[in-house]
Amino acid sequence: MHDVSATQVTDEHKAPTGFIRKYVFSLDHKVIGKQYFGLALVAVFVGMVLSWLLRIHLAYPTWPIPLLGKFSAAGAPGGVMTPEYYLSLLTMHGTLMVFFVLTNAPFAAFGNYFLPIQIGAEDMAFPRFNMMSFWTTFAAFVVMMASFFVADGPPISGWTAYAPLSAVGGDAGPGLAMGQNLWAISIALFCVASLLGALNFIATTLDLRTKGMSLARMPYSTWAWFVTSVIALLAFAVLLPACILLILDRVGGTSFFIPAGLILSDKLQPHSGGSPLLWQHLFWFFGHPEVYIAILPSIGIIATILPVFVRKPLLGPRALIGSMVAIAFLSYMVWGHHMFVSGMNPFSANLFSVPTLIITIPATILTLLLTASIYGGRMRFDTPALFCLGFISVFISGGISGFYLAQPSLDTYLHATYFVVAHFHFVMAVASLFGVFAGTYFWFPKMFGRMMNETLGKVHFWLTFLGVYCVFMPMHYLGLVGNVRRYSAFVDDYLAPLIPVHKFITIAALLTGAAQLIFFWNLIWSRFRGPVASVNPWQATSLEWSTTSPPPFDNFGAHHPVVQNGPNEYGVEAPDGTDYVMQMAPREGV
Amino acid sequence: MGIDIHPAVNSGPPLIPRELSAGLGSPGSGLAKPERSETGVWIGIFAIVMSFAAFTSAMIVRQGVTPDWRHFALPPILYVNTLTLLVSSITLAWANRQLASVGPQLLGARDRARQSYSDGMNWLYGTLALGVLFVVGQVLAWRSLVSQGLFLSTNPSSSFFYVFTGMHGLHVLGGIAGLVYMICKLARTNGTARTTGLRAMSVYWHFMDGLWIYLLVLLMVRT
Amino acid sequence: MGKAFAVVLTLITLISIALFVMHTWWLPPDISTTGPAVDHQLEETLIGTGVLFLAGQLMLGCFAWMASDKTPAKKNRAFPGGATPLVTAAILLVGIEIFTLTFVGSKVWGAIYLAPADPGALKIDVQAEQFAFYFRYPGPDGKFGAVHPEKIDDGSGNYFGLDPANDVAARDDIVAASLVVPVNHPVALTLHSKDVGHSFYVRELRVQQDFVPGLDIPLNFTATQTGKYEIVCTQLCGLGHYNMKAYLEVMSEADFEQWLKAQAGQ
Repeated sequence: MHDVSATQVTDEHKAPTGFIRKYVFSLDHKVIGKQYFGLALVAVFVGMVLSWLLRIHLAYPTWPIPLLGKFSAAGAPGGVMTPEYYLSLLTMHGTLMVFFVLTNAPFAAFGNYFLPIQIGAEDMAFPRFNMMSFWTTFAAFVVMMASFFVADGPPISGWTAYAPLSAVGGDAGPGLAMGQNLWAISIALFCVASLLGALNFIATTLDLRTKGMSLARMPYSTWAWFVTSVIALLAFAVLLPACILLILDRVGGTSFFIPAGLILSDKLQPHSGGSPLLWQHLFWFFGHPEVYIAILPSIGIIATILPVFVRKPLLGPRALIGSMVAIAFLSYMVWGHHMFVSGMNPFSANLFSVPTLIITIPATILTLLLTASIYGGRMRFDTPALFCLGFISVFISGGISGFYLAQPSLDTYLHATYFVVAHFHFVMAVASLFGVFAGTYFWFPKMFGRMMNETLGKVHFWLTFLGVYCVFMPMHYLGLVGNVRRYSAFVDDYLAPLIPVHKFITIAALLTGAAQLIFFWNLIWSRFRGPVASVNPWQATSLEWSTTSPPPFDNFGAHHPVVQNGPNEYGVEAPDGTDYVMQMAPREGV
Repeated sequence: MGIDIHPAVNSGPPLIPRELSAGLGSPGSGLAKPERSETGVWIGIFAIVMSFAAFTSAMIVRQGVTPDWRHFALPPILYVNTLTLLVSSITLAWANRQLASVGPQLLGARDRARQSYSDGMNWLYGTLALGVLFVVGQVLAWRSLVSQGLFLSTNPSSSFFYVFTGMHGLHVLGGIAGLVYMICKLARTNGTARTTGLRAMSVYWHFMDGLWIYLLVLLMVRT
Repeated sequence: MGKAFAVVLTLITLISIALFVMHTWWLPPDISTTGPAVDHQLEETLIGTGVLFLAGQLMLGCFAWMASDKTPAKKNRAFPGGATPLVTAAILLVGIEIFTLTFVGSKVWGAIYLAPADPGALKIDVQAEQFAFYFRYPGPDGKFGAVHPEKIDDGSGNYFGLDPANDVAARDDIVAASLVVPVNHPVALTLHSKDVGHSFYVRELRVQQDFVPGLDIPLNFTATQTGKYEIVCTQLCGLGHYNMKAYLEVMSEADFEQWLKAQAGQ
């Protein structure tokens, strides 16, 4: 033993006093978690407003939106957006939502706040990396938003930024000069931030578990964050090189993704020999695991929250964790299913199709376990519980359409239609956000020391639940008809008859969006006026409910908790007369 | 719905004061506490391997897709650089050995501890110098390529040469930063600071060696 | 609240399924030799997944309904049999479905994308560019002229970059803005792009294929019904993406010969 080792933990952990250290460049994982949460809220608000604008334009292409005209006179002269501005906003909607909301909210925000507490640690393994991780993400966000304010606006190449459209520069269209540069730099920064974050999550989970917190005793949310961070580590480690090569193609004159002999704006492009498919391979090698980065944390959150409200243990915890690991493993073998009709060798389609379909097995197991866990319980229908039920429902709906798109023979018809839009919005976006909503209503008391308003919460749930079905279910029908996605208008005779469906979706989207304002209001109101929360308002077992709301700077007040039980002890007859045993509760006879 | 919907009854959680638990904070089992800095470095190495695997596969795909690949002779200075980096690993290993023995010796043989400390620090300075030399050598290799008219955009072979050496160089610079940080920390505490950070840094440094050998072979075979 | 959830969920499920079953919005009729197999595969998938969807949602609704009964005497009950039967059922049922779908589906896919072009197929060269498709027929000599990207000049109508002055094979090439093909005659397309990625999508043919700059990608089909159908771009290609389209005109053999002559005469 080194004579200095006994003091190492404590001297790293004095609570900071200055405002900057406390709230801005904080090393405290709880502050960083809240910062991520706040950033995700800003991003989701912008992304939602963008989706409103897109939907209004699709259904009512001639309606002027005066504020938009003021915001960008070139992009929306007189408030009616141009086709290219539609694509700019579409790109930003996708990018903000996928990276800054679906990756940040369920994974980075809740993970940062609760992973260390749930394993009984005082902080992350590397608090400085953690701080850098958030501020790099923040920088990425600023760079991304800056593209709204450069000469011809954000890029029009979609969130997938397919080369060569994204690689050749301004000759390919508006937004593809400076806007696309900012996009690529922002995503590269985001990759660096996510790698730092993932590294931190993994090291923390491996090294900082408190006494008695074996892997088997970790709550499912911690498991999900852990598995997700492994996925993220590998996925972002591939997207980063892809972004670097893209940036070099754009500013360094290289030809990684740009083939010879391209003529854009009547100019022969000075590149030769690159491979556009290489970008797609690298991008989707990241892109498909990214789907699981978005959804797995929410599955973990739901699996943690659901038993609290059903008041009985989750069914098959080992199968649940095994399924998550299986999904993570399989997620690296399926990227080609985004590329069935991309021009890659058609023989490989079947090779990618089979593992894709196999993923439905662990996904089905997860769904069945969650559903069957409700059976025979006496459920408390608080708002988090409702969002758990909603999550299972939308996860089923979104998962089902995966059967279609995983088959190359059907993808040949459904690819790039609204069927795909419906699929990924349900399974990735809505399901993941339902997990975030459940997590917010559940953990808000712990994070801010006050309860959220239940009535507003329930109104929010019902409007959102009905709303997302009204928005996304009809998109399946549009896809079956062959309505192509990423069109800024439906001008031809074939698609024009579908406009009424689009109008229905637009109205539903506006209303569902408006319902989210209730959520925002509830957050703000409850933050200041909500009833004060007790230590454990939901009678849950995991460690965060053993410390004050909100927890002190070092989480457990200069103490290391000792864990005696698994996280699943609900519906038991505890010695104190309750129906649950906390992870820290002493065991009889121990 | 009120404030305390389902009042918590489970109380009296077992907590142990941190001072007492500092030595026994073993996750789950009773094993010794893993060193987080080393864990972190290994995880980082995992990610770096993945990144360079991505670059490598990009290179293989790019070379296979179009017959426009022009081979060129690697600048000879690369071999000198390789040697520099390899030697730096040896000096770092020596430094590690000396510095690791400082702590235990402090209890008894103070003179020997002082000697180990100053030897260790000298090896560290040597490592630092070799590391910087390596980076300078890589820059010279770039200049040698430029003088042959091989720029970043000249040919995919030169593009990948710059990308690989550049990305590796950046990572080595990261290692140098870590080394400087450790040197400052050790100098401030006269060698009594825990050497786990140094061990972790050494793992990273040796990995940079291995990565460079891999890249060198790859570049020799491919470009 | 659980009962309300069950009722709402059941309604959503039934309405969603009804709209699928009633074919309120549906695929346009198929006009290709490979299309019926795709439609058949789609129907099979619809039935299989429809059952899963209905079962999953109703089970969820049903359990939520049951769990809302909070009579004090009622005790928690575990799911009968625990997790093992569920996991086994999931692996078996979904596994069988996957196996069947893959087995049948890979043949459907192979028929469209892996089958070699018919030796007597009509060869047509297709070029996509921002934001139009152009189609080139080899003309009476049956040979395509060589393509020179640097000679491409949309202003003078030289979309493919042909060099008729020096290239005999290029002189009789016919370039059209519509894809005109004879009915029941195999067609072999070669897709290439002038600038960025595009896609060739004809709903009625049940066929979609991307154009990748730098690659020549083959695509074969045989249309079985005369008529005029839309070819649309499905790969985001820039600001005019939404309006990038051409027409597939399927004609009788005689009409097609007529058309070809008229084009050659121009």
